[in-house]
Amino acid sequence: MSPLSRAFRGRRRSDADPARIPPGQYVTDDFPVLSAGPTPHRPLETWSFTIQGSIDEPVSWTWEQLQALPSETITTDIHCVTKWSKLDTVWTGVSLDTLLDDVETSAEYVTAFSDGGYTTNLPLEDATGGKAWIAYAFDGEPLAPEHGGPARLLVPHLYFWKSAKWVRGLELRNEDEPGFWESYGYHNYGDPWREQRYAGD
Amino acid sequence: MDALDGNAIAGVLFEVFGAEMTTSAAVCANCGARAPAAELAVYLRAPGTVARCRTCMSVLMVLVTIHERTCVDLRGLDTLEIPASRGPSGWG
Repeated sequence: MSPLSRAFRGRRRSDADPARIPPGQYVTDDFPVLSAGPTPHRPLETWSFTIQGSIDEPVSWTWEQLQALPSETITTDIHCVTKWSKLDTVWTGVSLDTLLDDVETSAEYVTAFSDGGYTTNLPLEDATGGKAWIAYAFDGEPLAPEHGGPARLLVPHLYFWKSAKWVRGLELRNEDEPGFWESYGYHNYGDPWREQRYAGD
Repeated sequence: MDALDGNAIAGVLFEVFGAEMTTSAAVCANCGARAPAAELAVYLRAPGTVARCRTCMSVLMVLVTIHERTCVDLRGLDTLEIPASRGPSGWG
């Protein structure tokens, strides 16, 4: 792409509708890679997604089984707690509503867990109702490992640390339990529109 | 993403501990590996700074700056050897 059109794109972004930018955020065209550890490289043959915890029997899907479920393509804005926001990102994946459809549970919270040991917590009602997905494609391409591939959680209405990379399952919990960043002082809920960056915000 | 080494946090460790820490030994509470802080695997591009054991990749130190205050979490460390003063009035 020529430098001229890059500059033009930049101007367009700076004209982004301010109503779409949460307080304290700036818009970027890049897709910064943030990580608290090494990037796992999980072969698809050994990948699975498991819902466990407050449930009679854990349920699991292989990669092939996940691909066979109805998928959705979502266009959404994402907001990182390190202050960048990226608009109109396009993801493909399976709604958590689909995965939780047959699950009977008394749990009110979930902890997402990932290859590499990362965890993040959220209320179950934020993981359902068309608000969260297991995303395996970005811009129509398989999700790159540095962005969380083969699959990541996508919960775009919360700060992006809640959208766990390399996700492998959900632990259903009756009691809330802080995940990785939540246990180091980040906000337990993380609503970008209320600028809930740190505990107490 | 490739990790940096512990030299990447030499400055902040000096601020936190008041001593040059890169040659200080850090002992992992998970696997017991003992290594100079300079050899830790450090991840800076994250909501906080994370230092991991090179042997088992357990999290040893997490530094998060919250409203101008740096919180240092050391729960993954068994021991961190901080240089004692070697001056005439020191006891080291």
